Amino acid sequence: MSTPALEFRDLRLAYVVRGHAREVLRGVSFAVQPGETYGLVGESGCGKSTAAYAAVRYLPRNARILSGEVHLAGRDVMSLDKHELRDLRANNASIVYQDPGQALNPTIKVGPQLIEAFRLIGLNKTESLGRAREMLKKVQIADPDSVLGRYPHQLSGGMQQRVIIAMALACSPQLLVLDEPTTGLDATVEAEVLDLVRGLRDEFGTSVLFISHNLGAIRSMCDRVGVLYAGKLVEEGSSQEVVDHPQHPYTVGLLRCLPRHGSRQSAQRLETIPGFLPLLGADLPTCVFVDRCPLASDKCRSTAPPWSADAGRLVRCHHVDRVDELAAAELPKGIPTVVDRSGAPLLVLDGVSKTFQQGGQSIKAVRDVSLALYPGETLGLVGESGSGKTTLAHTVLGLHDPDRADSITFNGTPLKAGTRSRPLEQVRGIQIVFQNPDSALNRRHSVRRIIGRSLKRLAALPKAEIDPELHAITAAVRLTDRHLDMRPSQLSGGLKQRVAIARSFAGKPRIVVCDEPTSALDVSVQAAILNLLGDLQRDRNTSYLFISHDLRVVRYLSDRIAVLYLGRIMELGPAERVFDGPHHPYTEALLSAAPSVDGDTRERIKLSGEIPSAVNQPAGCVFHTRCPRRLEGDICSTVEPELTPTPDGGVIRCHIPFDQLGGQPVSISFAER
Amino acid sequence: MTDPITQTEAAAGSVPATSTRAVRRELRRQLFRSKTFIIGSLILLFWVFCAIAPGVVGTHDPSKQDPASKWIHPFFKEGHWLGTDRFGRDVFTRAIYGAREIMIIAPASVILGTAIGVVLGLAMGYFRGKLDDIISRVIEALMSLPVILVALLALTSLSGGRLTIILLIGFLFGPVIARTIRAAVITERDLDYVRAAELRGERSWYIMFVEILPNVFGPIVVEFTVRLGYAVFTMAGLAFIGFGTQPGSPDWGRTIFEERSSLLSDVWWPSLVPALALASLVVAINLVADAVQGLIDR
Repeated sequence: MSTPALEFRDLRLAYVVRGHAREVLRGVSFAVQPGETYGLVGESGCGKSTAAYAAVRYLPRNARILSGEVHLAGRDVMSLDKHELRDLRANNASIVYQDPGQALNPTIKVGPQLIEAFRLIGLNKTESLGRAREMLKKVQIADPDSVLGRYPHQLSGGMQQRVIIAMALACSPQLLVLDEPTTGLDATVEAEVLDLVRGLRDEFGTSVLFISHNLGAIRSMCDRVGVLYAGKLVEEGSSQEVVDHPQHPYTVGLLRCLPRHGSRQSAQRLETIPGFLPLLGADLPTCVFVDRCPLASDKCRSTAPPWSADAGRLVRCHHVDRVDELAAAELPKGIPTVVDRSGAPLLVLDGVSKTFQQGGQSIKAVRDVSLALYPGETLGLVGESGSGKTTLAHTVLGLHDPDRADSITFNGTPLKAGTRSRPLEQVRGIQIVFQNPDSALNRRHSVRRIIGRSLKRLAALPKAEIDPELHAITAAVRLTDRHLDMRPSQLSGGLKQRVAIARSFAGKPRIVVCDEPTSALDVSVQAAILNLLGDLQRDRNTSYLFISHDLRVVRYLSDRIAVLYLGRIMELGPAERVFDGPHHPYTEALLSAAPSVDGDTRERIKLSGEIPSAVNQPAGCVFHTRCPRRLEGDICSTVEPELTPTPDGGVIRCHIPFDQLGGQPVSISFAER
Repeated sequence: MTDPITQTEAAAGSVPATSTRAVRRELRRQLFRSKTFIIGSLILLFWVFCAIAPGVVGTHDPSKQDPASKWIHPFFKEGHWLGTDRFGRDVFTRAIYGAREIMIIAPASVILGTAIGVVLGLAMGYFRGKLDDIISRVIEALMSLPVILVALLALTSLSGGRLTIILLIGFLFGPVIARTIRAAVITERDLDYVRAAELRGERSWYIMFVEILPNVFGPIVVEFTVRLGYAVFTMAGLAFIGFGTQPGSPDWGRTIFEERSSLLSDVWWPSLVPALALASLVVAINLVADAVQGLIDR
């Protein structure tokens, strides 16, 4: 075998915090062969990003290499001097960061920034411009000249990430490090970016180190994958093998946290991984996973397991032979649904529109949305960013006024515009769980104060009754009394989200809007939060308006699903039918874009172009500009289709007759193991 | 097994300190490790002490005149180690006694200015819209007026006493502080905890003072210390043009004003010593402000 493009040799790396070296990488060894794509997967805090930065020695000042080496293109990265290192970074390796918006300088046009990358490798001005144009074409930007002349903020997230990738490829690096390159992007854009990277990798023969927490993306992108836990690789092998037949208890646990095979909450709860990741720098002389492992035995607590190699598979576990027990174990029983369609719906939206006025332009964020939510029901709202999901939810909550007053009815009475003008019964009746608990909790207030204030305002309890209720509600979200006097910064992401959930349930709401409540969390934490939401719904008969871009999660929780595009409902119906078909061409494209841990069983439907602006909406069907199934003739581009009822009580907005719409089970699931 | 909560923190990569008290202790520890803070606060403490008990440091009676020994050259001649002025008063002692006036007026006026700034800044940042536009324009108009002109106007139309100076500096600084606080409030008001408060139907004053205010405490502290330095400066400037203190008072600005004519006769020490005292106080405050800012910005 030739020299690996990147090789970690038993790297031990620590961060010095207040004089103590805290070990982050505890002896990591792996190699990325030329032309290979190697994935690193694991939860946050496992050391993935540290490994990525160590590859090009781009480390914070308090980082110390304790032992081991990193070789890039055959050279020991840690022993290079300043100039050699700069040279190496300029010519041999590039990094693409998570947030493309922050990786570009907002005050400089894209052109000079991209040209600079070529100038660095010694080209002159005209050559650089030519190469920049060429490279933008390679990353599938149709009109390079107009992109070169624009500022980064004038580009969408997907376009920005393409520019970054073009920049990274400028020096034709042997190694491309991608640190969660698609985390902030929509599924459709993510799919395009991943396709692009795949194509470029094949074209340039670049080696790729791909860091991600998304097992689906890893499975579809990588040749081999290493699973990182607490700074140690616990399993390595071909990515399909690892995802389909995991052999380490941690990998098994990670995969079983995900809702899979089109599963529903009513059928099965999600499994969680008990316990927490060990402290950074904790002393872990034996197996790193031992405290959370269901198979842990005395042997695991006394001796560190060796790398046991078996036909390209490496596993660090004493009980490889027993892992199948875990994978085969029954999933816990589901949470029965409590939806009650016998009476009147709890919330009725009748032609709700929301138009923002900005600089003389009308932005039609939500257009004529009608739907009903029944007691105990979960209604999923899906769509790309810019589709109006959040605006719709905020309008229901009273943060925005709908264009037409009285278009929203809650429990039989029209909702007043504006939260402050609503009576208490309406205010406490509809609450929200925000996406990011860091921003949703006041960091200067204690947990007791955060939840207590909601009990006082919303439950309107007298002082004496607040304390018992506080304990009851914290117990319901599985927090202990010990947490009450802590500030949010002292809690982990999952615990913070529990506090936020406790707060929104304080006033015994009838409806809770969940705005991507788990997208900032790791999968094992996500599983616990989704279980908790299910339990609360069952116990309190609450209805959910559940917004998420993770279609698996939406399917797992929702009874019915509404698909939004440019502020309009394109389709609404029972979760099974919307997912399995027949469904709207837009839904079909959305579904096929999401990378799946279960393996892709069919071709991806590519959506060309970007979501049109809400100011200049296309005539006719708003989706016709990107629709893969656009009809012959000009009906799609001139006549907007009406919402047509479907046999299952839903609606769909398409000129194609219902029975001719796409249907067969979509790639998102069903590749049975 | 270790405490699971401590473990979670590590998992989230958040603050590893376990309690709020520990965080504060750590902050204090870092402050006392910074040289700028230590030097600044030592000088500051010296002047605070002088303001409280000038008699302990001073070697003479500050107002005792002795025409026989006027204009004695500094450096330990005849018991006056920084010399005497045109009335034979001890320059060193007068500089020590001169600290008191400034040590009362500067903090009082900055407290007033900060209070005004916080209230205005919270209102502007939280409500935005027309209120913000109008107050912002008024502030800009105020700030375009020369300070000295406003001061002259105010002091000639009102009495020139201590209270007037405090009010004047307070109202001059309030709008400047308000702009900084406003900027901090604007980033806070977009966070979801403010949305959450609105969704429980909280009143605006509650959201501003209970939810947002504790989160903009950092910029308030920084602004307070920085403005303190400017207040000393402004005060001395006013005293120099003859406002705020009685003739013959040992106040630094006043002394520089009264003794400047002696400069022509090559007698530099009666005006240089209070000028240096003034400079040392301003520098000390700025050192402290710098250290505090460095800590809060991180």
